[in-house]
Amino acid sequence: MLSPDKTAVYNDYPKCRAVITGCQSLQVSASDDKESAKGDIHMKHLIQAAAAAFSMALLAGNGHAIDLTIVSWGGAYTASQQKAYHDPYMAENPGVRIINDDSGAEGLAKVRAQVESGNVTWDIVDMVAADAITACDEGLIEEIDPDIWLAPAPDGTPASEDFFAGTLTPGGTNCFIPQIVYSTTFGYRTDAFQGRQPSTIADVFDPETFPGKRALQKAPINNLEWALIADGVPGDEVYEVLSTPEGVDRAFAKLDTIKDQVIWWSEGAQPPQLLADGEVVIASAYNGRLFSAIAEKNQPIAMLWDWQAFDLDGWVVPKGVKDLEAVKAYMRFATDTQRLADQAKYISYGPARHSSAPLVGKHAELGIDMKPHMPTDAKNNKTVLQFDYVWWADYRAELDERFNAWLAK
Amino acid sequence: MTQGSGEIIRTADGMPLGLSLQRTLLRSRLRALMLVIPLLAFLTVTFVLPILDMLYRSVDNRIVASVLPQTTVAIQAWDSKSTELPDEPVFEALVLDIQAAHEQKTLGRVGRRLNYEKPGMSSLFRKTGRHAKRITEAPFKEQLLSVDKRWHDTSVWRLIHRESGALTGSYFLASSDLRLDDQGEIALQPEPRRIYVSLFYRTLWMSLLITVLCLILGYPISYLLASLPARTSNLLMILVLLPFWTSLLVRTTSWIALLQTQGVLNDLLVFIGLIPDDARLQMIYNKIGTIVAMTHILLPFMILPLYSVMKTIPASYMQAARSLGASPFTAFVRVYMPNTVPGIGAGCILVFILAIGYYITPALVGGRTGTFISNFIAVHISETLNWGLAAALGVILLALVLVLYLVYDKIVGVNNMKLG
Repeated sequence: MLSPDKTAVYNDYPKCRAVITGCQSLQVSASDDKESAKGDIHMKHLIQAAAAAFSMALLAGNGHAIDLTIVSWGGAYTASQQKAYHDPYMAENPGVRIINDDSGAEGLAKVRAQVESGNVTWDIVDMVAADAITACDEGLIEEIDPDIWLAPAPDGTPASEDFFAGTLTPGGTNCFIPQIVYSTTFGYRTDAFQGRQPSTIADVFDPETFPGKRALQKAPINNLEWALIADGVPGDEVYEVLSTPEGVDRAFAKLDTIKDQVIWWSEGAQPPQLLADGEVVIASAYNGRLFSAIAEKNQPIAMLWDWQAFDLDGWVVPKGVKDLEAVKAYMRFATDTQRLADQAKYISYGPARHSSAPLVGKHAELGIDMKPHMPTDAKNNKTVLQFDYVWWADYRAELDERFNAWLAK
Repeated sequence: MTQGSGEIIRTADGMPLGLSLQRTLLRSRLRALMLVIPLLAFLTVTFVLPILDMLYRSVDNRIVASVLPQTTVAIQAWDSKSTELPDEPVFEALVLDIQAAHEQKTLGRVGRRLNYEKPGMSSLFRKTGRHAKRITEAPFKEQLLSVDKRWHDTSVWRLIHRESGALTGSYFLASSDLRLDDQGEIALQPEPRRIYVSLFYRTLWMSLLITVLCLILGYPISYLLASLPARTSNLLMILVLLPFWTSLLVRTTSWIALLQTQGVLNDLLVFIGLIPDDARLQMIYNKIGTIVAMTHILLPFMILPLYSVMKTIPASYMQAARSLGASPFTAFVRVYMPNTVPGIGAGCILVFILAIGYYITPALVGGRTGTFISNFIAVHISETLNWGLAAALGVILLALVLVLYLVYDKIVGVNNMKLG
């Protein structure tokens, strides 16, 4: 936390820059004065002019008193945040300018570098919950008291109860403000199979009935869970089974059955592209990306929601931001019930508040009803894999190595 | 600088000439140094120091001792070879440390650090942190043991004992597919976890292969460029430079469009009937994809030094060789080629060093068998945040490049190299 006087200094920072530009123009006029060779008067002029420029800057400084640098993932996702959060916030607060930075993919590493070096230039960072847990564990981001930081629901329900249970405290940490529930799920090409279409996770692992290449994420996360479920493990026992060496062996054995059929992706944009190119017939992907391929680009792709893996994406605040109060003010606005529901007009990710769900309406440009495309819709979330952050924090390093060794064979 | 015989020559003010010359030279050297000081300072601050800091992380282990200060001291009294748990004072120290660290929110760091060595430590520390504040008085040992049964495991205590120093070798062990077992002996990682040695090996041989391919493809092109009349060769040069100026990502993605199974090349092969439609070739997302795309991307780095060297070889050399009775082949091999060795050396070094650290192209087209060690360094930097391991992998990569450079110097000679 910054002490109040320190905050004041930081508050002045943008104004100081205005003074500097003012000073430059002053120096020009000062050098013109040099001809008159009246040094003391010249100095007096300078001070007077500087004072005038300073007060001008104070007045004019209201134009952009505060810059907020917000880091997100770029593309359609940042665009949805721009339209749902940034633009209305700047319209209400003319003194604030929001600067987008699309380095979300390096968010965790750069937050650590900034905090460790004591030079924090980012104000708010969009992170997936797993990264937020890591950052919180490492003490890199601010802790958040939801009922102080966040707006209550319109009916007065405090934020801590309005957000979906547990989403404010993933893995027992308390640094994360969720925005959206997204899911990693499957899409398949509607022209790839005659007759029965794939509808369950077991179909993904059944290359005989559904021949063709698959695209899966190049990481053990989700894939091991899905392999076990496809192998007959009940969804709620997945992590129990995976905690045993035999369970891990079993998951890899199941993955072995389709290993030759898999193209591994690492960037979120890849799987919809692979599907659109006909390079694969089934692909795991983020549901919003699939939605955009299906609804916005009219690709012959359909969703396969069985055992979609829920995950959260949200805001974190690096420790040592210049103006914590400005960040808090923005955060309170951008995560209120209406704003979260607004974002769903632009991208098919589910808002993380109970009170936002009924407000989700139609797509802003296409005019289609967004509710059936949400991972949280009752038709889609019959079977859901609840991603276990704490479990993965323990086993990630070990399973990453094992997964990569397995891939290389 | 003094005269061998006779008296010392002096300058007008009586100073020996040699000394005076030395001083003048020193002064001019200092002046030269002053001119480059800004650059040196800039490089030191922005380049050398950050790299050294990053490299130091490969052995840095201050985290355990700084978060658990009392424990790391108390546990020294415990015999790490014993099968007994440590005594009450160690438990007390750990409980107090954990309480303090939980308060300051630093406990997660030590949990993550130890989790690199032993899966499960992260959740053990997190869970203990939540429960430890209830333990206010002795006996600490019994109460801590009742929080989580993993505290009964002596290997947990041996791990804390082992990692309580300020330096650690465990990152380097991990990046060589080794580990310290429970007894503190160096052992191989279990078979399913060995990846780094084979990755280093793959990075090396694929980089070498890419270098050789670049040489084979680049040499004739450079020869053509150097020997054609200027008008034609300038046009050809543009064809070399255009891709060189095109974005790396664009070139990589175009290779995906060309080589994928539904891509241009496969379509063409199916169209002319060379392969059946259901047996399209897998040419991307594997080693072939990485080799093809990287050879294309790095080719200009081979052509340009070769070209600049070939341009300086007078045509009269070959004519002289021919007139002395050499066949065209002999003249080329015995006269022309030896003259191009500096260009070959420069091109190969450039391409090889660029290739061995290449990152984005293998990540996009390498699939599961065509990725490089740099991709794993990136994963540990940006995803797992295990910078120690990333630094250790980086140090090994750097050392490998330096060793190869020295070998190259022994065989070819670095002074022989000409970059243009």
